[in-house]
Amino acid sequence: MTLAGHYNYWVAIFLMMTGFYVVISRGNLIKKLIGLNLFTTSVFILYISLGKVTGGTAPIAAPGVTLYSNPLPHVLILTAIVVGVATTAVGLALVVRIHESYGTIEEDEIRLRDESL
Amino acid sequence: MELLIDIVLLTFLAITALAISHVRKLFCAIMLASIFSLLCACLFVTMDAVDVAFTEAAVGTGIAGILMLGALRLTETREKRPPHQPWLALLVVCTTGAVLIYGTADLPAYGDPAAPIHQHVAPRYISQSQQEVGPPNFVTSVLASYRGFDTLGETLVIFTAGVSVVALLGFRSLRQFLRNRRRPSVMADHLVLRIVAKMFIPLILLFALYVQFHGDYGPGGGFQAGVIFASALILYTLTYGLAKALQVLPPRILYLLAAGGVLLYGGTGWLCVLRGGHFLDYRALASDPLVGQHLGILLIEAGVGMTVFAVMVLMFFAFSSRKEPQS
Repeated sequence: MTLAGHYNYWVAIFLMMTGFYVVISRGNLIKKLIGLNLFTTSVFILYISLGKVTGGTAPIAAPGVTLYSNPLPHVLILTAIVVGVATTAVGLALVVRIHESYGTIEEDEIRLRDESL
Repeated sequence: MELLIDIVLLTFLAITALAISHVRKLFCAIMLASIFSLLCACLFVTMDAVDVAFTEAAVGTGIAGILMLGALRLTETREKRPPHQPWLALLVVCTTGAVLIYGTADLPAYGDPAAPIHQHVAPRYISQSQQEVGPPNFVTSVLASYRGFDTLGETLVIFTAGVSVVALLGFRSLRQFLRNRRRPSVMADHLVLRIVAKMFIPLILLFALYVQFHGDYGPGGGFQAGVIFASALILYTLTYGLAKALQVLPPRILYLLAAGGVLLYGGTGWLCVLRGGHFLDYRALASDPLVGQHLGILLIEAGVGMTVFAVMVLMFFAFSSRKEPQS
């Protein structure tokens, strides 16, 4: 285990944990969604890091090239990015509706209003 | 040199992430999230994932930020200070992080060609896909042909997400919106913006078509092209106002495009079955298997592009047609 060999994984985990922290510690629903996005993007970084081959090139066939990076993680993540933004939009739409019914997007204020009913 | 760029970009990413968790102004947080995505896209290029970088740059930096700003317009722009210090959350996060970092000890070193991930199916994709499927871009071969069934599922998820957003926010007030809206867009007064947008939109559309049809040979494909197409339309809406954009592209057409893309994808699969092959086995589409593969990939990429484009624009329209809350 070396610094250069694992730096990518460690930073990906650090970013993941930052996103996780934003999700569980912040009460604002939009901030939570930004945190969730941070989390997913760092998972993408971890996947792509695993697919990299030292000395390899982008997985597009070219004459004279024999070593390519692994195309499989690229496929998984490429579709995951677009699916991710679509699901984030659903989350945002829910937040907008919550704001219309409760007048706030802070979690504790929403809970207070629920309890006072 | 590559390693140095890698380390610098990752450090920048860490700093941006900390800034996102720190700022209270949500507008700043969204802008920082866009910067985060852009840095990520650069990082993906250094890690040879050009297709992924392309998608991240178009989606994360552009569309995600726009949608979040659209939601921000309808809610609050400032995050309130939490009533107590989140020590427990910090403890949970640190513990989870420590366990995960302990787990990385078993991972192969970054870039190791002997890592288990490179031993299983990837060698076949790299050595055989040009004979079996055809396109020089292995990512397109895997996405559209080897794992075409997965991609169909993902396209359906995007379609479902689009339906959900429209169901949640709706175009109920759209006719009313068009009737009440006499005042043109605020941006329409900005001459420079208007002219720059007018110059850029055709180029963006042309580029989207290039990305769509050149995806077999270089980075690109239906997902990226759909998003780039959508961003041209979003640029148009931002500069000329929603009322004009709705005249150009009424929601009815977008509904048809979103559903039509999924149907085209699924229909291609069934066409293969009708012609005696397996579901999504494009070799059955023509007498020459490679021609069949080429045709199949072209059709399903077009389906993906249509659905992604229509869903992204529908989502943007749904957010921007909603009435602002009375303050």
